[in-house]
Amino acid sequence: MTHSFNATRRGFLSLAAGAGALMATGANAAALKTVETKAKIVILGAGAAGTALANRLVRRLNGAEITIIDPRKEHWYQPGFSLIAAGLKPSKYSVSQTGDWLPKDINWVAERAAEIDPDAQKVMTESGKTIPYDFLILAPGLVLNYGAIEGFEMDMIGKDGIGSLYAGPDYAAKTWEAAGRYTEDGGVGIFTRPATEMKCAGAPIKHTFLIDDIARKAGTTNLDINYMAHNQGLFGVPIISEKLRMLFGQREITPHYSHVLKAVDAGKKIATFETENGDAEMPYDYLHIVPPQQAPDVVRNSALTDPGSWDGRGWATVDKHTLRHNFFDNVFAVGDIAGVPKGKTAASAKWQVPVVEEHLVAQIAGTKSDASYNGYTSCPLITRVGRAMLIEFDYNNNLTPSFPGVIAPLEELWISWLMKEVALKATYNAMIRGDA
Amino acid sequence: MKELTFGTLIAVFEEIFGPTLFWVMVVAAIIITLAYLYVLIRDRAVSWHKFLRAQLSMPIGAIVAVLFVQKMTHSSFSDIGGPIDVIILLGIAAMGAVGAAILVYTFDALLLQRPNRQED
Repeated sequence: MTHSFNATRRGFLSLAAGAGALMATGANAAALKTVETKAKIVILGAGAAGTALANRLVRRLNGAEITIIDPRKEHWYQPGFSLIAAGLKPSKYSVSQTGDWLPKDINWVAERAAEIDPDAQKVMTESGKTIPYDFLILAPGLVLNYGAIEGFEMDMIGKDGIGSLYAGPDYAAKTWEAAGRYTEDGGVGIFTRPATEMKCAGAPIKHTFLIDDIARKAGTTNLDINYMAHNQGLFGVPIISEKLRMLFGQREITPHYSHVLKAVDAGKKIATFETENGDAEMPYDYLHIVPPQQAPDVVRNSALTDPGSWDGRGWATVDKHTLRHNFFDNVFAVGDIAGVPKGKTAASAKWQVPVVEEHLVAQIAGTKSDASYNGYTSCPLITRVGRAMLIEFDYNNNLTPSFPGVIAPLEELWISWLMKEVALKATYNAMIRGDA
Repeated sequence: MKELTFGTLIAVFEEIFGPTLFWVMVVAAIIITLAYLYVLIRDRAVSWHKFLRAQLSMPIGAIVAVLFVQKMTHSSFSDIGGPIDVIILLGIAAMGAVGAAILVYTFDALLLQRPNRQED
């Protein structure tokens, strides 16, 4: 069934031409054969990956008892945070209700999962409920470890020149309060990223480009914009890293390599970085913080991760192509929680979900599937208001353009901006409904 | 496995213009198209006289369409970055031009000309 994923890969980004859209595609899940089963399936997490999978499984499995565990009442469209934090969209742009996306005939346990026992095949919730399963899908997302940055408190976001768009829609809007002031007043802008695996590694770069562009268009001239890379590259994919180096040069954005934010003194407006030559202090007028990221405790403290890998950050130990757990063959991981080398984005989730669906349905039916995830992820990397580069790549750092010869991956194009600004949310919505 | 889902297409346009404005535009487009068809059936021919006048509105329609899309997407002409962007811009302009011509033709036929007057 590998061919079908290629078809939908194209479909995901084939939106948006002209006034926004030429076509939208959806995998025709209804046409696939359904399987009769009494299997108990537990999905941990009702974010993009968990919800999309739930919607697809109810169409494929007849009689399955599907339970989704997630306390969050709000569903966040996270790709919108970059636009909110640049004042282009209001915070409500990214907010919808979890319950509106879930299929009707599944059980939604609106609680936090406290413990997983993969040997006994059960999940315990915070209130002490025990939920047994035949198959477990891990999709709880990740946690932002703001506590790792000394001197930082969440209520600093939006004040005294501190922003952090990752924290949620309201914090993204607060980030714009601080960033917006900076675009008028100018000064030293510092844009960070963590040294850990992270959601959408393009987002800190987008924020840098957007704030630079907005400030320049506002006529602010005293700009000193600095991007702090955590290692010797600006992006994990070498060809993209080089392109960014050139763009930063054109835009007079200064890259600093191997600078990882360690502490912040909001009173004095000084940020401290861990570097190869010891700590370095830098004064700032605007500081954008992206905190270290790790797996939620329920997975990190379970037998589903290898404490010796990922420096203890706890990502689920799965095969990078099938997303099946290495030791428990009735457990899969999808989305941010998956311990795979690349891709903690909605686009990755979009490609991972059908792979897990195929393997799970095949296992229940007693057959095998050759569905495979190749590490595909995509990022409409905004370079200014009105332009973006549509970047798509896989595990091997190969560029995998959906429209070769039409939409060049390393060109700053208006069409790529249109995709990000207008077509992506509609496509995302179709994806979590299980339609695309 | 590839299919065009109409619902997604609608959702994309709702996203671009906002649901209210989008549906107002849809209703307006339907009314104008129906009125245009009514005029064609009533007059039982395309009036080339009116059509010529309608053509004069095409450049204006093209410009208005482009500026409208740019306003809705925080974009400007300086964002054009490659050939595909020019093609899209021309596509939007063409749609605006055709839309304006139909609008003016219909308006002309319904309100400015008496239905029984023979022009051609």
